[in-house]
Amino acid sequence: MAIYLDFEEPIKALEEQIEQTKEIGVNTNIDMNDKVQELESKLVETTKSIFANLTPWQRVQMSRHPDRPYTLAYIDAVSNGTFQELHGDRSVKDDKAMVGGFGLLDGRSVMFIGQQKGINTKMRQYRNFGMPNPEGYRKALRLMKLAEKFNKPIVTFIDTPGAFPGLEAEERGQGEAIARNIYEMMRLKVPVICIIIGEGASGGALGIGVGDKVVMLENTWYSVISPESCSSILWRSWDFKEKAAEALKLTSTDMKALKLVDDVIKEPINGAHRAQTEIFETVKNSIKKYLEELDQIEPSKRINERIEKFSSMGVWK
Amino acid sequence: MVLEVSEEDMSWFKRNKEGITTSTKEKKETPEGLWQKCSNCKTLFTVEDLVKNNWVCDRCSNHERIGSEQYFKILFDEGKYTELNEKLTSGDPLNFEDTKKYIDRVKATQKATGLTDAIRTVVGKLDGHDFVVAAMDFSFIGGSLGSVMGEKIARAIDEAIKIKAPFMIVSKSGGARMMEAGFSLMQMAKVSGKLGQLAEAKLPYISFLTDPTTGGVTASFAMLGDLNIAEPEALIAFAGPRVVRETIGRDLPDGFQTSEFVLEHGFLDYIVDRTNLKETLGKSLKFFRK
Repeated sequence: MAIYLDFEEPIKALEEQIEQTKEIGVNTNIDMNDKVQELESKLVETTKSIFANLTPWQRVQMSRHPDRPYTLAYIDAVSNGTFQELHGDRSVKDDKAMVGGFGLLDGRSVMFIGQQKGINTKMRQYRNFGMPNPEGYRKALRLMKLAEKFNKPIVTFIDTPGAFPGLEAEERGQGEAIARNIYEMMRLKVPVICIIIGEGASGGALGIGVGDKVVMLENTWYSVISPESCSSILWRSWDFKEKAAEALKLTSTDMKALKLVDDVIKEPINGAHRAQTEIFETVKNSIKKYLEELDQIEPSKRINERIEKFSSMGVWK
Repeated sequence: MVLEVSEEDMSWFKRNKEGITTSTKEKKETPEGLWQKCSNCKTLFTVEDLVKNNWVCDRCSNHERIGSEQYFKILFDEGKYTELNEKLTSGDPLNFEDTKKYIDRVKATQKATGLTDAIRTVVGKLDGHDFVVAAMDFSFIGGSLGSVMGEKIARAIDEAIKIKAPFMIVSKSGGARMMEAGFSLMQMAKVSGKLGQLAEAKLPYISFLTDPTTGGVTASFAMLGDLNIAEPEALIAFAGPRVVRETIGRDLPDGFQTSEFVLEHGFLDYIVDRTNLKETLGKSLKFFRK
């Protein structure tokens, strides 16, 4: 059963109507094709008008849609099933909220890394809701260094509500783990592509988010804090999340306009989750396009350009 | 000079606000005869004595929260230094407004504190050797990291590379500045990138963590020192204690997220009492020179 967000209700209603009409046609042997076509064109119109005017908060809702594909689904599709997961940070444990390993992208070895959310209640707990502990960031760094050693490009998929704010995470240096990753990613000799596929929450996202190309899928968000937490801190109430989502300029369009990300990858009209094969194909083609571009640049120049890009971010007088 | 007084019988000394609220500028010349209570044990000192003791309580060793100006005075030979890029102030890239307009908040804070933003970057001499230091002011929107802080640190690093001097950041911050959202977040990457250039130049970077150092500052440059050093009993955290308590649903152990705790877990090189700061730091810097 597909899940619909509140603002998707008109779509749900039309889809159900279409189903019912078809059923009536089958059951009564009356030709309902005209009616079905009419409803279907109405569905296209409705879908277009709803998704053309999403508010920032609705984009946030889209980014968290339970039917949305998660990291492993992208990796599996992009690598055409060749992905081999590699586990552990070689120090404490294997963090299930962060996955990584090699896969082939049309025959070429690529290191894929990303936060992983669970697909059902049990798996959500197993994946810690996509909130990595320090071990997750250290595993990610280990794999990035492995890729660098053998000159393989790195693709990260970002989808996290934040780095886990737990007691053990603090004990084992969550701050240090993220800091180390940011620092090291800035200097990796291989091409690094970072794709925000869902939620890009603050340091937890940036911990695998420093790259030559940092791009957002259309219906995702990326900022320094979630709209809910921002509301609770600045408005001292949880009720201003819509306002906070607007104020933070966290959508892909805004982030691109502010030059804080390099590109936006368009999603199918009603979101990545409604046409998964299509979005996988789009993402794969984008990765290939970026790699082609980045392969042309000398490693030292690529690193300098990466540092320059981030150094130019900021507004002051 | 130390006087012992109880809260009740000396009510005319009552402080309505905790910590230091006087602006840094006003504090430069300390008139004689002013008094201040230790914020921990409430012992009364003359401000003169507090300054002499680097704002550390003589009785309970409590380190009062101090600003950039006081750190510079403590660190540099004869308290002399030159400020870099002191005029840099916030733009308002997002036209941000919560209960108050960001731009108004900045202006009001500038007026109240006499500071331009949450960090000041300076160059001076420590034991006769050039030293570039960036120090935060918690009184300026919680020492928050925004575009100005990122850019000032970046330029200070450029200066350190230019004059071949070691570099230090005195962190005292609640984390990233929400009102600059994505821009604030990217300052973490920006400064980390610049620190890489400092490393290429083989110049030491000292991260000095003071109370409090949390959030995006901890998750970037504060944890990246060639040496990570801290003041005693400072709060050092990625997620603040309230958030951690809410996450785990039980009380936090004593001493959780203090400097001592962070040292014990392996993320600090040493803890230094502020009264020995210059001497200890001078010794560390010497090892990189000899």
